[in-house]
Amino acid sequence: MRPSLSFRIIQHTTGYLFAILSLYPVFLMVSSSFKTTLEIFKEPLALPKKLSFAAYEKLLDQLPFGTYLWNSVFVSVISVVIILISCSLAAYYIARTSFKWNGALMFIFLLGMMIPIKLGIVPMFLLMRDLNLTNSPWSLIAIYSAMGIPLGVMILSGFFRTLPKELEEAAKIDGCTDMQILRRIILPLMRPALGTVMIINFVTAWNDFFFPLIFIQSELKKTIPVGMMSLFGEYASDWSTLFAGLTLASLPMIVMFIIASRQFMDGMTAGAVK
Amino acid sequence: MADKPKRLQRNRWSIHLFPIPALAIYLLFIIYPICAAFSYSLYDWKGIKKLEFIGFQNFKNLFTLEPFNTMFWNALEHNVIYFVVQMVVQNGIAFLLAYLVFQKIKGSGFLKVAYFLPRLLSVIVVGFLWKLILNPTYGTINVLLDKLGLDSWTMPWLGDPSTALISIILVNSWFGVGLSLLIFLAGLQSIPTEVVEASRLDGVRGFRMIRTIILPLMIQPIIMVTVLTFIQSFEAFELIYAMQGSMGEPYYSTDTMAVFFYRTAFGGSSSDSVAIGLGSALAVVMFAIIAIISAAFLALTRKVNQE
Repeated sequence: MRPSLSFRIIQHTTGYLFAILSLYPVFLMVSSSFKTTLEIFKEPLALPKKLSFAAYEKLLDQLPFGTYLWNSVFVSVISVVIILISCSLAAYYIARTSFKWNGALMFIFLLGMMIPIKLGIVPMFLLMRDLNLTNSPWSLIAIYSAMGIPLGVMILSGFFRTLPKELEEAAKIDGCTDMQILRRIILPLMRPALGTVMIINFVTAWNDFFFPLIFIQSELKKTIPVGMMSLFGEYASDWSTLFAGLTLASLPMIVMFIIASRQFMDGMTAGAVK
Repeated sequence: MADKPKRLQRNRWSIHLFPIPALAIYLLFIIYPICAAFSYSLYDWKGIKKLEFIGFQNFKNLFTLEPFNTMFWNALEHNVIYFVVQMVVQNGIAFLLAYLVFQKIKGSGFLKVAYFLPRLLSVIVVGFLWKLILNPTYGTINVLLDKLGLDSWTMPWLGDPSTALISIILVNSWFGVGLSLLIFLAGLQSIPTEVVEASRLDGVRGFRMIRTIILPLMIQPIIMVTVLTFIQSFEAFELIYAMQGSMGEPYYSTDTMAVFFYRTAFGGSSSDSVAIGLGSALAVVMFAIIAIISAAFLALTRKVNQE
């Protein structure tokens, strides 16, 4: 039996009302970036009368956005690669061997998911200084890789356990080393889990603001979120440029999300639902 | 054939190298700093130079020395409010919307995407975007209220101590609904359809269905969302920093422990001789609070699982 008509109307209204609430600020950000500041002040709710790219031109003139973008790509990609490689190795070991310290190893990794990492920031800062990594993208790569390891090990070792062992035994009899088994047989079967780990960590590294705020000082080493930060002091009343900056900072993620929203959301849930 | 066992033997040895890269990175950059924070809290510091062991003096200062003791309780109170409001608003709405999407109303695929989209913005972008929207003169909220004839409701949302904190928590909820929703949705999808169908045939509907059938089967995801919300609201920093600066303006009305911690350790709200020691002591206290409460939640999960 279907629910009553009035109930369904309430359902749909609630559902779409919240969709508007979710999307409108994002829409406002993008549409305002094509207005002039005067237009934003006079008609904040109206659509832009004509597309003005002046804010973007000004922004790209004043800010090394290309450099920020490159720094963000560099830091996120390298962190994700390090996480994928190191977690695959560790997870394979934990899931497929049964030494007596295996349980303890897993426990140590799991602990990392409960630790509020920000609280170690002072020692982390001094450590980075001693390693000569402050003001270097490698400080961010180090911390993002470390942050991603607990969840990565957990997701991947969970997934390893679902794969049939016979495949590996057959390969072993054929004379493959453990490394060859992992690379040639297991990893190709692991794509969905690797994709999940990749997406979660990419989003985290890309959007993070806290660590570059503390580790990075020079303008040309900043990632997008901290790079945009300086904009706000400088253009406090130039809303058009501010909105263009916000749009530019968000665009890469939004575009990726629209292209692959399914994988994105499956990945995020798989990570959250341990 | 004869060399097979030897070969397997050699493989067995090299496999012990597998966990080393992950373990090394993780121990060096997560575990070591957390442990070091404990030891740092017991020292007197001059700038970034460690001077001498002073035992629990930093902790004593944190709880007895003005202005730190006032700031501490003020910030802790805000963290508790942060958690409670997020649980009610963000997670309440997330549950409602997850249930809606789960029932496959028209366009539920699109709705899911819409609800989740804000989660992909950097918190710093969210902060500045809403700072513009909440601007007292030109911000969308006040302009909208004005156009609707509700001009008496317009407010300097972020400038007034009575509305600043709640405004920020609501912005955080706007950002966080999507992830909670996905966790709830995963939970709903794992409920056997026969259970729901059978009770529907028995005439159970609407809110009674949610209360008597769905909620009891959703304990696990609910606890998970609670733990995540708890940790996240006790670490709340970026949004407040972006919208209200490192002093938790106006008049510390949006200060939280993480902002207080940042200000103490990096922002120099105190003489530099106490900054690192005191900041580390604060980190240890925060860590203890988070660890104890998270452990309690986990114990609760275990108990629920056994039942």
